[in-house]
Amino acid sequence: MAPADDTRDTQLTPVEETRVDLGAEFEASGIGEVLDALDRDLVGLTPVKRRVREIAALLLVERVRDRMGLAAEPPSLHMSFTGNPGTGKTTVAMRMAEILHRLGYVRKGHVVAVTRDDLVGQYIGHTAPKTKDVLKRAMGGVLFIDEAYYLHRPENEKDYGQEAIEILLQVMENQRDDLVVVLAGYKDRMDDFFTSNPGIGSRIAHHVEFPDYTDEELLAIAEKMLAEWNYRFDPAGEAAFAEYLHARRAQPHFANARSVRNALDRMRMRQALRLFEQRGRELTAEDLSVIREPEVRASRVFAIEAGTDSEGA
Amino acid sequence: MRITQGTFSFLPDLTEDEVRAQLEYCLEHGWAVSVEHTDDPHPRNTYWEMWDLPMFDLADAVGVMEEIRACGAAHPDAYVRVNAFDASRGVESVALSFIVQRPAEEPGFHLQRQEGPDRTQRYSIVSYAVERGPEGERYGTRG
Repeated sequence: MAPADDTRDTQLTPVEETRVDLGAEFEASGIGEVLDALDRDLVGLTPVKRRVREIAALLLVERVRDRMGLAAEPPSLHMSFTGNPGTGKTTVAMRMAEILHRLGYVRKGHVVAVTRDDLVGQYIGHTAPKTKDVLKRAMGGVLFIDEAYYLHRPENEKDYGQEAIEILLQVMENQRDDLVVVLAGYKDRMDDFFTSNPGIGSRIAHHVEFPDYTDEELLAIAEKMLAEWNYRFDPAGEAAFAEYLHARRAQPHFANARSVRNALDRMRMRQALRLFEQRGRELTAEDLSVIREPEVRASRVFAIEAGTDSEGA
Repeated sequence: MRITQGTFSFLPDLTEDEVRAQLEYCLEHGWAVSVEHTDDPHPRNTYWEMWDLPMFDLADAVGVMEEIRACGAAHPDAYVRVNAFDASRGVESVALSFIVQRPAEEPGFHLQRQEGPDRTQRYSIVSYAVERGPEGERYGTRG
């Protein structure tokens, strides 16, 4: 059942609640767990966590107000997440879906992540069914559109993206109970997108900005990831990785946590190779889980920084 | 004559909320739901017209409800049914099928007798509605 219907039911009951314990309400909704998990699992991102908390508080209060008969317009929930690649937009979207689900603002709480390719067709008449199909799959949950600005191609006025935007707009406006749309992408390009599509911009209530991670935060993320995979750095390795992060940031295509993940994957590979080359010796769990300095130092990032990389950037 | 068939043939017509609850049940089980329509209600007419493609990977029944509404709007004088296909290995068939819309007026069937050799008698049923005209002109106001 749609949450809107539930609230309507409670409004029909003759005795309206006159007092409400917000703390108990908070406990009962179970969003505390999600917010705590958000704090615990995600390194840094302080402004984002604060925004998510604000939104959660607003929704909780809105729900309580509704129960006491102080009904207002149902809050608009569509959001935009802006930030550089690898700053945790998708992860936060998943948590947001969970929060919305626990508060009863979406019925199922699943996330459907799509890009332009999933929405826009290749020939006339292809776009509408494609977009509608995606929207149908996302009903009752959150539709996460990554790099949403690609929907709008100003240089080509015959582009089918506009059609997808129009269908999307209609659903964002008319089926607010059924679907929450989250648009994600780079900050400046999203701003351009909203300027050239004021219809979309004006329907987005919450703009959340994702800052880049600092080197310390990235190091903490790396350690978290390694711990999850049952690996760890030795002290020299860790120091080398801190240097690595500093050098990597200055180089092109740096994607925050995603770059960290890729770097760790390559280091695991080098560690495996080292162990393989030392075969004949008995290995302990310790040997298998420690990533040492040479594995970090072997990265091409250091070579590029020293200007000795033969293959160029 | 009220025509019944499918899973809930013994029940009165389902309300919108009941249809929706059934669809939720289907989606919980991971069945692919499709919408079909026809104006030839003969019980042996198993192949109804498809309304769009079957819907896969839905999480919520709203999407299906919309399609049912759209199909009903496009064919107000037709039967509309919902099928749920269970694709799991060993089942691979329609698990649930029920009528969600019927024409306002259903004239029913008459019995047709045919003389066979040696005084045998063959029977078939023929829908009055189908005798009225070609597809699309059988039910409701005909212009």
